Amino acid sequence: MVTTLISPCGILGYGFPAASLEKALEQSPDAIVVDAGSTDAGPHKLGAGTAIVSRMAAKKDLSLLMAGARRLQIPLVIGSAGGSGARKHTLWTLDIIKEIARETGWNPRLMVIWADIPNEAILSAMEEGRVTPMSPNVPELTAESLAATNGVVAQMGAEPVLKALEQKPDIIVCGRAYDPAPFAAVGIFRGHDPALCYHLGKILECGTLCAEPGTAKDVMLGRLDDTGFEVWPADPVRQCTPVSVAAHTFYEKDHPYILKGPGIELDLSRCRFTQTAPGRVRVEGSQIRYPAYTIKLEGARLAAYRTFVLAGIRDPLLISRLDEVEAAVKESVRSYYSDIDPESYQINFYHYGLDAVMGELEPDRTLPHEIGLMFEVIADSQEKADAICASTRSCYLHYGYPGRKSTAGNLAFPFAPSDVSFGAVYAFSVYHLMTVDDPTEFFPAEWVEVSAE
Amino acid sequence: MKLYELSHVLRSKNSGPFAVTLDILFDDPAVYERVKRSGKVTPENIARLYGLKVEEITDFAAYDPGLGIKITYLRKTASGTVGDRDVYGAQQHAPLMNIEIPDEL
Repeated sequence: MVTTLISPCGILGYGFPAASLEKALEQSPDAIVVDAGSTDAGPHKLGAGTAIVSRMAAKKDLSLLMAGARRLQIPLVIGSAGGSGARKHTLWTLDIIKEIARETGWNPRLMVIWADIPNEAILSAMEEGRVTPMSPNVPELTAESLAATNGVVAQMGAEPVLKALEQKPDIIVCGRAYDPAPFAAVGIFRGHDPALCYHLGKILECGTLCAEPGTAKDVMLGRLDDTGFEVWPADPVRQCTPVSVAAHTFYEKDHPYILKGPGIELDLSRCRFTQTAPGRVRVEGSQIRYPAYTIKLEGARLAAYRTFVLAGIRDPLLISRLDEVEAAVKESVRSYYSDIDPESYQINFYHYGLDAVMGELEPDRTLPHEIGLMFEVIADSQEKADAICASTRSCYLHYGYPGRKSTAGNLAFPFAPSDVSFGAVYAFSVYHLMTVDDPTEFFPAEWVEVSAE
Repeated sequence: MKLYELSHVLRSKNSGPFAVTLDILFDDPAVYERVKRSGKVTPENIARLYGLKVEEITDFAAYDPGLGIKITYLRKTASGTVGDRDVYGAQQHAPLMNIEIPDEL
């Protein structure tokens, strides 16, 4: 028994060459699976309910994938719809699929698996001690912080997808999913070793990132059999080597060979990676353990509003006393706004060229000849952030520090106007594991009517 | 030689929004073994280089089939929120580059 999977790209909407997909479709695939999700871009997407990619890009990719799946009559499975996989993101994806279906005269059997977790379920799990933070630096979860969170999602494992596959849909749209899970589900559904299925899923979910040259924007293939799997890029200009495939599990993970997911722990320490043909690698020996079943909860809340300014500083006299000048500017703004609670806002300065990227972790403190200054005001309303930022900017621009020669102005603004009213800033308020009895309990699936309009 | 001259890939990236992971990958097994044995890439040295407490380093592992060493540490500020400086954690690797790896006798 072999099962061949196509992964067109690392994130749905990142794009892939149509010619690569055509080559992959010639290899007798059994399913097209594509991951759409990531938390890399921070908490804003989940908190604000926006997508990672544009609607146009998602539609372009989906059009090609739906046409391929329809032509070969194989299922198309989409993981973590719309990036964050909450209801809003999932509906956004379903809407695009329905639009393409209408335009192409196809009436696919479309199934959705939701991944939104009701607050009541989380609260009762908290009371029973079934909710733990992912790491010690995750904010404490309380009833109050949960109520302030804009909806919580959880990463589904393979089980809810397996259950959906049993009903033979043409397309499955998953809400938030553990990235490898939709790939693993297809393999497990067809009777393959779950250890191999999850390991293959981990490799495929990033497109051709495990090849050289690697990219998340090209088509990758994986073929499971009874004792292992093989992976290869659709376009032979990219090549997999045993090292490139083995090293892929380093990417964006805590640990290179122990990978934790919903209800599973993969151990890749005994894997063998062998070159079976140019560009093609075989993997054997992946192992799996089944610890208590936990799902990872993700939620974001509004943290504050931001206004910021970008400016250059070229004067060496000022560069040599930035900290002193900025402390004085801050103090001057604070005293001007003595009627505003100082706890309700903060003024932060970032010095590109000095330590803006690493902050307190920066070991090199050499002064440069030029500084890219970014300062922001963080406040509990946009109006307040705008007002305080404007005062900070004018104060900094004209501040007369001791020994100053450049009495006409301290800052070179690249833009007019100089102040950027950024909008809301979010924070991950929930990043916790919740122990569950049933892996499918919180991930209900239902059919979606396509031809309704 | 310096670590950036010996490594094939030297990068940092988020591992979830609350951790950053550093990857040092090689394309030559002999060089990988040399760095691994050098005693220069250790949790203690990385902690010193980054001003971290050793217990803030949550994972430190070498993976022979991948010819790589991985170090994961907890972020002081979570990705993308107030005070964060690197949403993807993609530019936190530079201090590793100048680690001096002695020649082997």
